[in-house]
Amino acid sequence: MALDKNGIAKRIAQELRDGWYVNLGIGIPTLVANYIPEGIEVEFQSENGILGMGPFPYDGEEDADLINAGKQTITVKKGAVFFDSATSFAMIRGQHVQLTVLGAMEVSQTGDIASWKIPGKMVKGMGGAMDLVASAENIIVAMMHTNKAGESKILKECTLPLTGVGCVKKIVTDLAFMEIRDGKFFLVERAPGVSVEEIIAKTDGDLVVPDFVPEMKID
Amino acid sequence: MNKVVKNVEEALKGIEDNMTLMVGGFGLCGIPENSIAHLVKMETKGLTCISNNAGVDDFGLGLLLQKKQIKKMIASYVGENAEFERQMLSGELEVDLIPQGSLAERCRAGGAGIPAFYTPTGYGTEVAEGKEVRVYNGKPHILEEALTADFAIVKAWKGDTEGNLIYKETARNFNPMMAMAGKITVAEVEELVPAGELDPNYIHTPGIFVQRIFQGEKFEKRIEQRTTRKRD
Repeated sequence: MALDKNGIAKRIAQELRDGWYVNLGIGIPTLVANYIPEGIEVEFQSENGILGMGPFPYDGEEDADLINAGKQTITVKKGAVFFDSATSFAMIRGQHVQLTVLGAMEVSQTGDIASWKIPGKMVKGMGGAMDLVASAENIIVAMMHTNKAGESKILKECTLPLTGVGCVKKIVTDLAFMEIRDGKFFLVERAPGVSVEEIIAKTDGDLVVPDFVPEMKID
Repeated sequence: MNKVVKNVEEALKGIEDNMTLMVGGFGLCGIPENSIAHLVKMETKGLTCISNNAGVDDFGLGLLLQKKQIKKMIASYVGENAEFERQMLSGELEVDLIPQGSLAERCRAGGAGIPAFYTPTGYGTEVAEGKEVRVYNGKPHILEEALTADFAIVKAWKGDTEGNLIYKETARNFNPMMAMAGKITVAEVEELVPAGELDPNYIHTPGIFVQRIFQGEKFEKRIEQRTTRKRD
């Protein structure tokens, strides 16, 4: 069965490593914080100016001055720190953040990503996404394999305006875990119960399929 | 040097049609809400506003959009505002979308006397169109120019009569860089105290960047996405 949003987040959480600073984008990426593997310590950075984000506040304890980049009310952990936006993006551009997880509308087999604009229809703006993808060593895209019309979002070339060029390394969708290798998608794992044939059928870009494709281990 | 002005009227004196304003805040967090409310009253038109977001339909810069006071918006993310989207898609409103980190750094540069800088952000995208490209460490970078403004309007938690400012939590965001980049910087604060009351070790914005300071009459501090969890 294809993964739901929490399933995608659980699989991505398995990529976290002890001691990493991690920036989570809005949507599915935010859920990754709920599934940190036992025994490792990571700190979450939010680009509006906080390191050491904690869980959402209890009812009645919301603080209007304390939000994440998705404008949601949050709390802080012990040892947290606040800073201005220029310092925040110094952390990001300066590669002090080890992992960025973000959503996308399209990803290409050369690692291009499109996520901020549908010409003539929707223009929300890039927010911090262009800065995040321009410098990060390690970028994981979290998204659905196809759009609402059933069309593949895993493409040879992006059709929408780009957010970044050749920057995506890993993609986790409801169907598969893929890496970008030598200008092609490489199928690393399939979602529990999802067939290789279904993934091939729903992938528009060139997909390298090894002889054995293990199933993801999701609790 | 005493920077205190009586009220918001005095603080915003001199703002005229077609000026460029920087307005601090991230979403509705840390916005100078008293000043924005007064700009609506002033009916100033043709403004270019530099701010990370454009508020929501009925709060923040959304109030100026409703009155069609903004001619051009320079921002990074404008997703929560239907009137904004309508004005942009119909061509009434000029919009320049800038990556958030580049926006922050362009404001900082404007205040720091750096006319332009190279950044990897936006290379290969629409943002890079018409901009100089240079390769550093094997990677292409684009030239981004500094931003300044006729007035920068920022919001702080505490300020003293010298114009020194302390922000609270994530309400800091763009306020410190914008404070640096205004020809005239207006700070509206929740609490205005005499010089000497704030510990100099913990001041975020030195008063040299601030020309006028006043205590806001009231702060609604609206929450955009109230997100909570239940007690176990």
